[in-house]
Amino acid sequence: MSDESYNFVFKVVLIGESGVGKSNLLSRYTKNEFTHDSRTTIGVEFSTRTVQLDAITIKAQIWDTAGLERYRAITSAYYRGAVGALLVYDITKHLTYESVERWLKELYDHADPHIVVMLVGNKGDLGSVRTVPTEEAKDFAEKKGLLFIETSALDSTNVEDAFQEVLTEGGQSRGHPWVHQCCDPAQYHRTGQRSAEGTQDLLQEPLTGSDRSGSGFTRSQWLIPV
Amino acid sequence: MSTDSNKKQFWKRNTAKVPGSIQHVYGAQHPPFDPLLHANLIKAGNKPPITLGGKPKKATTFQEFESITSDAWDVGDDDDELLAMAAQNLNIEVVMETANKVIENHSKQQERQRQDDGDISEPDQREEEEAPEDEEEEEEDDEEEQGEELEETNPEVSFASEHSPHSDGRLVKSLSEAPIGSPKDVAGDRAWLHRQQSLPHRPTIPMVARIADQNTSGTPAMTEREASRLDKFKQVLAGPNTDLEELRKLSWSGIPRQVRPITWKLLSGYLPANTERRESTLQRKRQEYFGFIEQYYDSRNDEHHQDTYRQICIDIPRMSPESLVLQPKVTEIHIDIPRTNPLIPLFQQASVQEIFERILFIWAIRHPASGYVQGINDLVTPFFVVYVFEYIEEEVENFDVSSLQEEALRNIEADSFWCMSKLLDGIQDNYTFAQPGIQRKVKALEELVSRIDETVHRHMQQYEVEYLQFAFRWMNNLLMRELPLRCTIRLWDTYQAEPEGFSHFHLYVCAAFLVRWRKEILEERDFQGLMILLQNLPTMHWGNEEVSVLLAEAYRLKFAFADAPNHYKR
Repeated sequence: MSDESYNFVFKVVLIGESGVGKSNLLSRYTKNEFTHDSRTTIGVEFSTRTVQLDAITIKAQIWDTAGLERYRAITSAYYRGAVGALLVYDITKHLTYESVERWLKELYDHADPHIVVMLVGNKGDLGSVRTVPTEEAKDFAEKKGLLFIETSALDSTNVEDAFQEVLTEGGQSRGHPWVHQCCDPAQYHRTGQRSAEGTQDLLQEPLTGSDRSGSGFTRSQWLIPV
Repeated sequence: MSTDSNKKQFWKRNTAKVPGSIQHVYGAQHPPFDPLLHANLIKAGNKPPITLGGKPKKATTFQEFESITSDAWDVGDDDDELLAMAAQNLNIEVVMETANKVIENHSKQQERQRQDDGDISEPDQREEEEAPEDEEEEEEDDEEEQGEELEETNPEVSFASEHSPHSDGRLVKSLSEAPIGSPKDVAGDRAWLHRQQSLPHRPTIPMVARIADQNTSGTPAMTEREASRLDKFKQVLAGPNTDLEELRKLSWSGIPRQVRPITWKLLSGYLPANTERRESTLQRKRQEYFGFIEQYYDSRNDEHHQDTYRQICIDIPRMSPESLVLQPKVTEIHIDIPRTNPLIPLFQQASVQEIFERILFIWAIRHPASGYVQGINDLVTPFFVVYVFEYIEEEVENFDVSSLQEEALRNIEADSFWCMSKLLDGIQDNYTFAQPGIQRKVKALEELVSRIDETVHRHMQQYEVEYLQFAFRWMNNLLMRELPLRCTIRLWDTYQAEPEGFSHFHLYVCAAFLVRWRKEILEERDFQGLMILLQNLPTMHWGNEEVSVLLAEAYRLKFAFADAPNHYKR
């Protein structure tokens, strides 16, 4: 590991159906690499990148998970402590977009209630064979209170922006350490939301999952001072 | 494994009161002895006279033991006999000391050999020069190794701990690990050499990894020892009824490339031991598989099957042996390895992809309890590659699958299907819902590591690295994502020779593998560093030798920790 210093660690997870391009988004963002032959992710893969958010240096800790249903029993633990999630679908495969709701449910079942979620339509370079209209996905995201962006890991379009925005929103929702004194996550605003309506929807989500209400989510778990 | 459920009995209770630590070391070059089997061998009277007399008296000192067996060293292939004689006594200390000697001696030989490197080009050195990448890779290994030399010069350093061996059963570091792949070793100046007792000189045994090995290249010239091993295999394989026990014994130390296809088929139980029945069995099994294709394959786009098939079709085109062979660069050593891998053209051919898709689809449909799980696709590869290479004479780069007769390809497909099925039969709960087999194994791995290397274990705990986060893949893909394909193939030689190799022995291999990187692990001082290290272990240069050492360590662990009676079970 490099010796670059950083103030905090932000954990971000990539989720979505198998084959949508999560691994390439990860490698594009952390290594500026893309490969057509990137193989099936098994279990969980992990990479990092250090970025500047305002005055502070953040180490983004990014988790890439396997897409298949089978693994979810294993991967649910990986949501713990994540400040942000990129929910990725393939704009050329409508099926991968249709399962977004399922992924959202999974996310809210296992992750922090204040996690910042960005809906990412990947493979934007294949616009000619698109099957998911941009507007449709954008509306859906607004309705659900998610950020939205379309990317191409292949030609790099919007990859930086996607991660940067999630990290920034994630940071804002947690507050800067020198501003917020209290440790109760429930008091943070979900500033990442695009509409009040979206926020309402989220808050009405049934609270399931063991770690939902404050048992484990102290500030230190996602803002890890190092 | 049945003992998994009863944790108390899973781990051997350290009841034997022996001074110091129990030093279990097993020669990497030798198959695990089965005392019953070896006893029979001895009784068959096929070895030089041993002055043991009726019931052999227990040798109480190593010198006594050595004097009894010294003449055994002169004959080429009698390491087994030596250990068999040891087995007769079933005096573990003595046996293990013997094995220790074997390892030391091999290491010594290798050390001497490497010191002569520049001067002589003996036949057994030729394999070093065979593939130009060897030297390059060894040089790189050397840089990696240099940091380890400090540890290695101290014979007292335990493999799994920074401290001297404790009396609680800590294992001693395998000395054979010392000279791996580093041509520029500290010459002669190694503290452990003085521990070598003088033994009769044994023929030089090449320990250098043939990097471009394992069915992925043309045939370099064989060494004497290799030729003799091949002969032994051929002997066992000839004859009307193959002695599977004998074959397993031989296979444990690696199977010569020429006989690997048939040996794998025999060891897996796919082929019957009886030679006469083989052809008919093959035909029958192959026909059965072709019947499955007819029965199931057309339904792949049907509603209830299409999800399975779709997932398979996502995964197969993404497969390339390159990704199984090459690792991302994580060390500071920049290695200029050609990014192309000779097997890539093979895997990019549509007919090969179709074969994989069919095999996996049919297997998934026939095993609804698990269905297709990502990772299973990797498990087809070694079988396919090994069976395809039965037909390849020339260099792999030039190989075009369409040059194979269709019948041959169909047979390869059927054989791969059946052998993979057999493999998966033993580990199916790895892939059923929630993957309980894997969860159990990862837990067992954690427990094992906590016992054999408390320092590493605590280090992981300190930085909150959970075993599931990296070892999941180790279990799900049987280490195939952590090792080059050639190493996997070598590993599977042993797995198929071991009872429950893919499930039970694999656990010990994983433990040995993890602890093998203790230095690198302990150097990482944050979660990120540890995770990235553990998911990108630098094994791209690994070859036979590294795998052999790994297997020896694993065997040692298994011997030390598993409930003894299981050791003799088949």
